[in-house]
Amino acid sequence: MNIVVCIKQVPGTTQVKINPETGTLIRDGVEAVVNPFDEYAIEEAIRIREKVGGVVKVVTMGPPQAENALRSAIAMGADEGYLITDRAFAGSDTWATSYTLSSGIKTLGQVDLIICGKQAIDGDTAQVGPGIAEMLNLPYVAWVRKVEEITATTIKVERLMEEGYDVVEMPLPGLMTVVKEINTPRMASLKGKMKAKSATINTINASALSVDADKLGLKGSPTQVLRSFVPERKSGGEKISGEVPAMIDKIYNTIYDLGVVK
Amino acid sequence: MGIKVSLEKCIGCSLCVRSCAVSAIQIIDKKAVIDMSKCTLCAACVEACKKYQAITIEKESSSGVDISQYNNIAVFVEQREGVINGVSYEMIGEGRKLADQLGEKLYAIFPGHNMQKQAEELVKYGVDKVFYVNGESLEHFQDDTYCQIVSDFVNKEKPSIVLAGATAVGRSFIPKVAARVYGGLVADCTKLDIDTEKKLLLGTRPAFGGNLMATIICPHHRPQMATVRHKVMKAAVKDDSRTGEVVITNIDKVLPFERTKIIDIIKDIESTINITEADIVVSGGRGMGSAEKFAMLRELAEVLGGAVGASRAAVDNGWIPYSHQVGQTGKTVCPKLYIACGISGSVQHMAGMQSSDFIIAINKDPNADIFQIANLGIVGDLNEIVPALTKAFRERSGK
Repeated sequence: MNIVVCIKQVPGTTQVKINPETGTLIRDGVEAVVNPFDEYAIEEAIRIREKVGGVVKVVTMGPPQAENALRSAIAMGADEGYLITDRAFAGSDTWATSYTLSSGIKTLGQVDLIICGKQAIDGDTAQVGPGIAEMLNLPYVAWVRKVEEITATTIKVERLMEEGYDVVEMPLPGLMTVVKEINTPRMASLKGKMKAKSATINTINASALSVDADKLGLKGSPTQVLRSFVPERKSGGEKISGEVPAMIDKIYNTIYDLGVVK
Repeated sequence: MGIKVSLEKCIGCSLCVRSCAVSAIQIIDKKAVIDMSKCTLCAACVEACKKYQAITIEKESSSGVDISQYNNIAVFVEQREGVINGVSYEMIGEGRKLADQLGEKLYAIFPGHNMQKQAEELVKYGVDKVFYVNGESLEHFQDDTYCQIVSDFVNKEKPSIVLAGATAVGRSFIPKVAARVYGGLVADCTKLDIDTEKKLLLGTRPAFGGNLMATIICPHHRPQMATVRHKVMKAAVKDDSRTGEVVITNIDKVLPFERTKIIDIIKDIESTINITEADIVVSGGRGMGSAEKFAMLRELAEVLGGAVGASRAAVDNGWIPYSHQVGQTGKTVCPKLYIACGISGSVQHMAGMQSSDFIIAINKDPNADIFQIANLGIVGDLNEIVPALTKAFRERSGK
């Protein structure tokens, strides 16, 4: 089975800090990591390969340094890394990213299953997975929390919904996006790290893709950021301690005054 | 097209250098110089240079789409098991407001089965024209079918704006519609506005787990699409005097373009109230100490008419299923009241609940981070406070 995992390199969010003077993100020295949701996708791909055999190819679109994310995936156990990189892709929104990644995946030959993390933790859009499915005309299931069965031609999965889950069967080739509940990603082994260090990363440029140049990068992107700003922080309100009955009165009256309890 | 630094305006302050995620900017001879081989045109530096406005990104202004052909606002109406989702009424309320600002009509596109009556009712909530698509195969959500119906609707009726709730369903298939029709989609908005002069939708949404807000526009493509979070827009109010049109399309029993198959639908949520839709969420964290202690929260939630949430720590300990998890790797909620019990307040948890209208935090550690965003902070033992609070409300309601 040929499995493709789409990943993104993102800043490790816990370290993202806001400059109080300028109100912008300080990205100084912020370590770039594999998007945490994509680690679940990589892990699931490896588990499927361990079960049914095959190859796990990891694909990312990004600047040259995004190569490190591919190496991290190979260290976990992925087989091959593909970096789709070109100046022409700069400024891509989710539409143009989906277009570029789907065009890149077309160059990888037979693909049976594409796995994406449910969203990236920097943009939080959850739009590129479904975008790729649409552009490759593949069946698709989002929010997969468990793979129940997989054969060469179908996969049966559990899709997480608000009130529970749906059991969905999808023919292959197809695409799924996975949620955190699906597995616990393994740590890279020493052997894996060694392999990742020396692995060849395949680079794909715009010229290697059969694409409409007008649909790439900033120009091909329907959406633009008009402005960005730091949200007003809720500043802590009143903080009380002391005797329980007095605090209960306080909470009770506060909730009552909000008018939310019917 | 490209990024430019104005040598006149740049004072070499290096704010842009620090804002750049890919280290593409250097200060050379007291001016910012951008390494185009590294720059991703993310515009972080444009934002950092707000004060001096020395960095600009220019974009060619045409997409070949005649945007004047696109008018009116459409709302996707979502149903599950024959009941229209609350967020759909919120979309209708907001859509009506935006349509009035633009002087345009409000449409609803609504796939369902045997729901003609509910479709007709939508007119009373402010929809001018309801496009109800009826079919047995539309009873349950399926990506291919829903994508086909909404894409066909967009191509035929050419709405300028399409809104949908940021639900599991909306966020699953709306991106496919946007991909198919080459629309601009803004995910998970918490605020919508109209630039009436340019007739543009301004979608404001959180990014970086709520640490940054971005306002996104779609100037040259249509439709302008947005998924919107629960509970941030006011739901439409029914007015029996309203009139409008209902167009009903019946479709075949089996749709040839549906590729996935629903085998089963399983509900595993403990309470019947979905946490993303609840007005009140009572959440527990590591400080709860055990699965058994969550019974206290369920009782409080029940008497308040709310739902039970949890932090990642509580879910990871196996005290409550993942579908209750609030935070960056769980669900984002913005209820009218959020009660955090024994939750210290990690950045990731706060990302999922900080936009709640009112936050009460109960924690025995007076220095817990959650107090920084709580409107009312209670320093004390939740084992005493939660049951006493439940009792107080129970006595009031006589339950």
